[in-house]
Amino acid sequence: MMTALEIRNLHVSIGEQHILKGIDLLVKQGEVHALMGPNGSGKSTLAYTLAGHPAYEPSAGQVIFGGRDLLEMEADERSRAGLFLAFQYPASVPGVTLAKFLRQAINSRRQAENPDDPGISIPAFRRLLTEKMDMLGIDHKFAGRYLNEGFSGGEKKRVEILQMATLEPKIAIMDETDSGLDIDALRVVSEGAMRLKEQLNMGILVITHYQRILNYIKPDFVHIMMDGRIVESGGPGLALHLEERGYDWIREKQGLVEV
Amino acid sequence: MEKFTREAVEKLSAALHEPQWMLEFRLQAFDVFASLPMPTTNDEAWRRTNIRRLKLDEIGPSVNGDAATNAEIPPYLNQQLTTDKAGGNLLQIDGVTHHYELSDELKAQGVIFCDMHTAVAQYPDLVRKHFMTEGVQVTEGKFAALHGAFWRGGTFLYVPKNTKAAAPFHSVLWNENGRTFTHTLVIVDEGAEAIFMDEYASATKDEMAFHNGVIELLVRDNASLIYAGLQDFGANAWQFNHERARVGRDGKLDWVTSMMGTRLTKAFQTMELDNVGAWGRMSGIFFTNGNQHLDLDTQQNHNAAETVSDLLYKGALKDHSRTVWQGMIKARPGSQKIDGFQANRNLMLDKTARADSIPGLEIEADDVKCTHASAIGRLDQDEIFYLMSRGIPYKTAVEMSVQGFFDPLMRRIPFEGIRERIFGRIVEKINA
Repeated sequence: MMTALEIRNLHVSIGEQHILKGIDLLVKQGEVHALMGPNGSGKSTLAYTLAGHPAYEPSAGQVIFGGRDLLEMEADERSRAGLFLAFQYPASVPGVTLAKFLRQAINSRRQAENPDDPGISIPAFRRLLTEKMDMLGIDHKFAGRYLNEGFSGGEKKRVEILQMATLEPKIAIMDETDSGLDIDALRVVSEGAMRLKEQLNMGILVITHYQRILNYIKPDFVHIMMDGRIVESGGPGLALHLEERGYDWIREKQGLVEV
Repeated sequence: MEKFTREAVEKLSAALHEPQWMLEFRLQAFDVFASLPMPTTNDEAWRRTNIRRLKLDEIGPSVNGDAATNAEIPPYLNQQLTTDKAGGNLLQIDGVTHHYELSDELKAQGVIFCDMHTAVAQYPDLVRKHFMTEGVQVTEGKFAALHGAFWRGGTFLYVPKNTKAAAPFHSVLWNENGRTFTHTLVIVDEGAEAIFMDEYASATKDEMAFHNGVIELLVRDNASLIYAGLQDFGANAWQFNHERARVGRDGKLDWVTSMMGTRLTKAFQTMELDNVGAWGRMSGIFFTNGNQHLDLDTQQNHNAAETVSDLLYKGALKDHSRTVWQGMIKARPGSQKIDGFQANRNLMLDKTARADSIPGLEIEADDVKCTHASAIGRLDQDEIFYLMSRGIPYKTAVEMSVQGFFDPLMRRIPFEGIRERIFGRIVEKINA
């Protein structure tokens, strides 16, 4: 069955500040959507809200994921239902190794299905992890390191994609995965994501400032976000247009420019 | 019921068929005990631990004949440390040996591993020379003296010169009758090496239980010892411990303490770095919940130049529990170029818990590096959210995060089985 992420008129405030002011967006499995926009437009707020961060409380609107009310689900349920957020700034978890963490993530999925599931065997897990690490060019030693602790920006991003590859989501949100990556790392990470899209028919929502990641993860749709709203949607050409002309023409078009 | 009297000392010593010198030692200790007042919160070391409710008269010694002959012991306590046969295994209930084995290989090496009473009978010279002479002194306090007079049970380990013990040692001291006075004496002679896991445990009962223990670890020149004292007494136990280690020239001591149980613990743990090149690491793992009270007094004494000490004590606290860590690094005059470090980190799982963290330095040398750190933190919600965002339920995420807090210290216990067991207890306490 095809799964879609459908956002309807989503409003989110943090404290007194009204950040998302009515977002509508439909991302289906197999599609790539790019969400672009200047700093402070609310892109990361959208990502965190969809992932279920407790500090981001929606005040209005709805999000339907695979036919279920996403906003009623806890963060862990959202993940198990097939939604994945590749964080812009992944937390480090001192004392918990990458291997232990990923094995628990897999086992939590299996045990949610069947509480008596004994979990993935260590040899099977090791094979799976090795295969995925090789695909993303991650040194096997990372398996025994504490999750994200002391990882460079690029290593963190690779490990986010490693998690994506291991957990096989239906829809993945990539929040500025390109930031802090050099061109080689960007290619490895993007190609990894595209391979997963092909293998799993995964849907992707790429949040970015820049065109360059879109050279690898080619969007079917491009949306421009400003001041908490999606103000323009179009095909891949829109991103190129933005790259050439910046955001000002949109501001003008929207009447957001202070004259 | 027997009380803490001079007659009781004589009775205990006779019942244990002790030589005259040990009886005399006990009686001298008793005199010190009788001469010292009970500590109160007016004493600096006891300022944060009130034992007004402790009535020694209502406790009394563990004399012969009252040891339980049958106890339900958790099966894990008899498990081997490694998949290979353990080198030395000792199980005592109320100070009486119930199970004992020492591999032929270790015997051939000349290693002595046995209960303390056997050691007094069979190795009097060794014991007499080292029993509460250079480690803990009976004059250190009311409870050190009480122990000297009424000690019973515990473990003796001697590893001869230049002998690398072929296998680890494991001792389990189980208490059933509610009164226990265990004594651990370890001597790792020059150039020798050993690993010793020393466990103390009991089940929780209704009436108050009492543990008054001493641990002495003597690590000679060029010797190396990994020692873990693992305490998991029932929640009805009150524990008063004096523990001291000495490390000789270029000796190495890796000393881990895990404290999970008791209603109240007051322990003095001191490490003496006696000669150039001595290295000592102290690691503390504790988790308190309910109304537990844990007060640990640590000292790292740099008695010589070029010695290194490294202390990290980590605690997690829940409910209305309270912990105190008071640490001191001392550099004696002339102990130049030493490196001393102490840190205490506490993870507060409830607002109602309280942790006091009091580092201290007394430096009488001028070319030293001594640092300390202490921190009190709460669960990192970003960390929990991150774990949950990968499908891990909240409860499991919290368990992982707390286990992660202890993991770097846990890695210093060289046995997977023991690590898993302590992690299991931590999870039990999180969910209690």
